[in-house]
Amino acid sequence: MMRASPARIALYVISALVLIYLILPVLIIAPISFSSARFLTFPPPSFSLRWYQQYFSNPAWMQATRVTLTVALLTVVIATPFGVAAAYAISQSKLRIMRLIHMALLLPLVVPIIITAVGIFFVYARIGLVATMPGLVLANVMLGLPYVVISVLAGLQSFDPAQEMVARSLGMNRLRSFFAVTLPQIKSSVVAGGIFAFISAMDETIVALFISGGQYQPLTKRMFTALRDEIDPTIAAISTLMTAASFMLVLLASARQKRSG
Amino acid sequence: MTTSVPDPSQKHQRREHGLMLALVSPALLVILALIVLPVGWLAWQSIYHDGFTLENYRRVFTEDVYWRSFALTFEISLAVTVIALLLGYPVAYLANSVPKGWSIVILSLVVLPFWTSVLVRAYAWLALLQRTGVINQFLRYLDVISEPLALVHNTFGTVVATVHILLPFMVLPLYATMQKIPNDLMQAGASLGASPSLTFMRVFLPLSLPGVLAGCTMVFVLCLGFYITPELLGGGRTVMVSMLVSRNVELYNQFGAASAVAVVLLLSVLAIFFVVSRFISLDRVLGQK
Repeated sequence: MMRASPARIALYVISALVLIYLILPVLIIAPISFSSARFLTFPPPSFSLRWYQQYFSNPAWMQATRVTLTVALLTVVIATPFGVAAAYAISQSKLRIMRLIHMALLLPLVVPIIITAVGIFFVYARIGLVATMPGLVLANVMLGLPYVVISVLAGLQSFDPAQEMVARSLGMNRLRSFFAVTLPQIKSSVVAGGIFAFISAMDETIVALFISGGQYQPLTKRMFTALRDEIDPTIAAISTLMTAASFMLVLLASARQKRSG
Repeated sequence: MTTSVPDPSQKHQRREHGLMLALVSPALLVILALIVLPVGWLAWQSIYHDGFTLENYRRVFTEDVYWRSFALTFEISLAVTVIALLLGYPVAYLANSVPKGWSIVILSLVVLPFWTSVLVRAYAWLALLQRTGVINQFLRYLDVISEPLALVHNTFGTVVATVHILLPFMVLPLYATMQKIPNDLMQAGASLGASPSLTFMRVFLPLSLPGVLAGCTMVFVLCLGFYITPELLGGGRTVMVSMLVSRNVELYNQFGAASAVAVVLLLSVLAIFFVVSRFISLDRVLGQK
């Protein structure tokens, strides 16, 4: 039995305060979004869905939402197979250059995002990819790749490659044995990696600020511009929806990872 | 084992290598085209404009605006790192010392904001800290203050929100390191008559230092490049390096100057990683997210 010494009590109090500091901002948005007031007042005068209505009836917000969802989906569809293939090669190959390639694939996590954003903007400006859908998707594929690679590599660590050898010795070709034996066992980490790539694309703001424009602006760019000008509670409604979507996806990913043990 | 006779296993080996390189190439191409090339382009543009020039770097290192911004960025990053360590260490320590069920609860609360968009959290802090925001209204309701406090659109607001966003990057490596410290060591210290605080200072704290270094590195480096929070919560007065880069591009069309600032920022980040890698494995720093 642990004695509740003064030091221990202080530890509990400090930790509780820090946890409140961490959680409070995440929880404060929902009540703002459901309040009828133009500005936040204590307590919220009455319940209202007007900010949600404003969001769903505004064609500009809806167009931005379509762009965000399209970009995020295409990012997953491209980044997941690319990342899985790369992670498989990195874990199986004995080539020395693979270590270097592995590090290169993690570069998007190392280089400050503002630098990546400006660099991509300069390159896109030369080849006419600024304010286009393919440009936006490609940038997000690059940013999402590390999540897929990290997740799948972790999954492959507990996988015994001898199993695939057995399948091949029984006459399956390499591709079939991968899909029949390896993939089912690392499915959870593949799905988790894909989900993280989706969330990364949905939340990405800084690169979009530089390279997106016209009708191909994602939600985050419009939100950022709106936030710079004034605090519009419509953003609280959008934020609440985005946060709910993220949490559901994370729960899905962690449930999957747990099942794989 | 070198032989001139063509060895079937060698041929097989070569085919295997070719296949592996083919598998990794799509991902590698994306990385080369969208981060290596753009950053290389930046570096080139910073020294070449109708001929080689170091003019951009001369400006970065001599002009006041640039110096002040770099100094401010390093100061803010240092402050954020120290605050995050002071707040994060007790939480990681608690998570490490309670039964498993509780530690999962604590860590979930730490990671939860992690998966909320940075933009959303910036908005939340605006709502909390502004003149008519939750905190000012609450303090006035309690009669603690008569005039609303200026909590945002300044460096204070930037630091509060930035610490909030980076705290998980501190807690997770700290917790991972503390997990590996064997409990026996603490008990051994206690059985030899040391007080709990002495065992903590002499045994636990030194053994947790690799985690401290990993967490501090991640928080400091991420903070150096922070853009959204200072832009939205700094009120235009807190000009961090990232904002210098973006303003030079968007407002002044000074691509060369923007590139030079970006290169100096990137080199600072790489230098920090290099120095840290001499003490701890970089996997420890990067493997968290």
